[in-house]
Amino acid sequence: MSKEKLCILQKLFYNSRMRTLDTSVIGECVYRLARRAGTALTPACRTALERAAAREEGAARFALDTLLENARTAQNERMPVCQDTGMAVVLLELGQEVHLTGAPLADAVDDGVRRAYADGYFRKSICDPLTRVNTLDNTPAHLHVELTQGERVQVTFLPKGFGSENMSRLYMLTPSQGRAGIVRSIVETVRLAGSRPCPPVFVGVGIGGAFDSCAFLAKKALTRDPGSRNPREDVASIEAEALEQINALDIGAQGFGGRVTALDVACEIAPTHIAGLPVAVNIQCHCIRCEKEVL
Amino acid sequence: MKKLTLPLSPADIDGLHAGDGVLLTGTIFTARDCAHRRLFELLDAGKPLPVQLDETYIYYAGPCPAPEGKACGSCGPTTSARMNAFAPRLLDLGLCGMIGKGEMSEETRAALVRNHKVYFAAIGGAGAQYAKCVKAMQLVAFPDLLSEAIYRMQVEDFPAVVAIDAQGNSVYDR
Repeated sequence: MSKEKLCILQKLFYNSRMRTLDTSVIGECVYRLARRAGTALTPACRTALERAAAREEGAARFALDTLLENARTAQNERMPVCQDTGMAVVLLELGQEVHLTGAPLADAVDDGVRRAYADGYFRKSICDPLTRVNTLDNTPAHLHVELTQGERVQVTFLPKGFGSENMSRLYMLTPSQGRAGIVRSIVETVRLAGSRPCPPVFVGVGIGGAFDSCAFLAKKALTRDPGSRNPREDVASIEAEALEQINALDIGAQGFGGRVTALDVACEIAPTHIAGLPVAVNIQCHCIRCEKEVL
Repeated sequence: MKKLTLPLSPADIDGLHAGDGVLLTGTIFTARDCAHRRLFELLDAGKPLPVQLDETYIYYAGPCPAPEGKACGSCGPTTSARMNAFAPRLLDLGLCGMIGKGEMSEETRAALVRNHKVYFAAIGGAGAQYAKCVKAMQLVAFPDLLSEAIYRMQVEDFPAVVAIDAQGNSVYDR
């Protein structure tokens, strides 16, 4: 059989078995999710803020009531909830049975971001780190691709504000520091951040992995809903204990003092090296905006 | 909530205590990190500033673009602590006060007391609510900085909390 014929046969074979997806469909999805995320808190975030407001009084209560009113205004007027419409973090879970066609994936994602930030009157906050010259369209997106089984494609859009991102920390603990060291690191990060990251915060934690993957786990934890618990009991107990200690710090909403300094703590875990115990703590402000869609 | 008109009189300032809720009406100017750096470059070069400091309240903010029919897009405060490097010198040169969010340094606190000025905290993350308080907005300086440029804002009943009063009391102290 000639090489050409073989190639055609292979193509037919794969086309009949593989799902084909044009990257423009992913770009369009990013557009939809970004528009929605910029103007709406997640339902779990609204619930958490309502519960927090019910527990507070004085200036903290005033701050939380203002935030709930703000969420309604943003939705009614289709305005950004917060002017920091963030760095565009896109998590793509891509089934390995999917064949992508069309423009390069990163270009398609950036196209979705570019159009959403222009059409939504969102702030363009991405710049060169040295010259500080703005890219003018909020690109490039911060794209993570995770290959998964099958044909499922899930897009998650997390607009990440930087007032809170700036307060994040990475600890390279030693194995002997163990569980207590992990909890201590989480609580210390929130304590040192104080009023600056717009508390009550949502705390994403990575446990294990390496220097880089640990930080990614922490970011990924922020795509969970506050109120959810890690399926591993020993991890869930770290989440609960850290939350309790954080809420005893009396930082409160906006740093005005109070019972609710964090809405929740979410930990994600991965195997690490025998010599280490990396812990990454990624802070998210109370303005939890995260949208997901399965394509 | 105490209604106040900017600029504040010395008597207004004496009546403000950390933790008080206020509604501000008047003129404020936005400036963030980059705009502050530009102001300092002008000061260091002995050149005039685009704003008259003794008539200026700085709002640490970088608004979203204004949609059709609105004076301003979402425009909540940004983290004030990043401006600790600039605030004391500007206060000593006559700056009327600042609006931002979160604690500021001991140096800034001392400069507020020394100059009998107040630092207000707006509610971080309430960008859409604050957009409703902005009745007019004009570009004043550094247009190349885009959202980080200096804008003059006419605000009405802008909600804030006295974060550090002129006696140096702070709402963030425990």
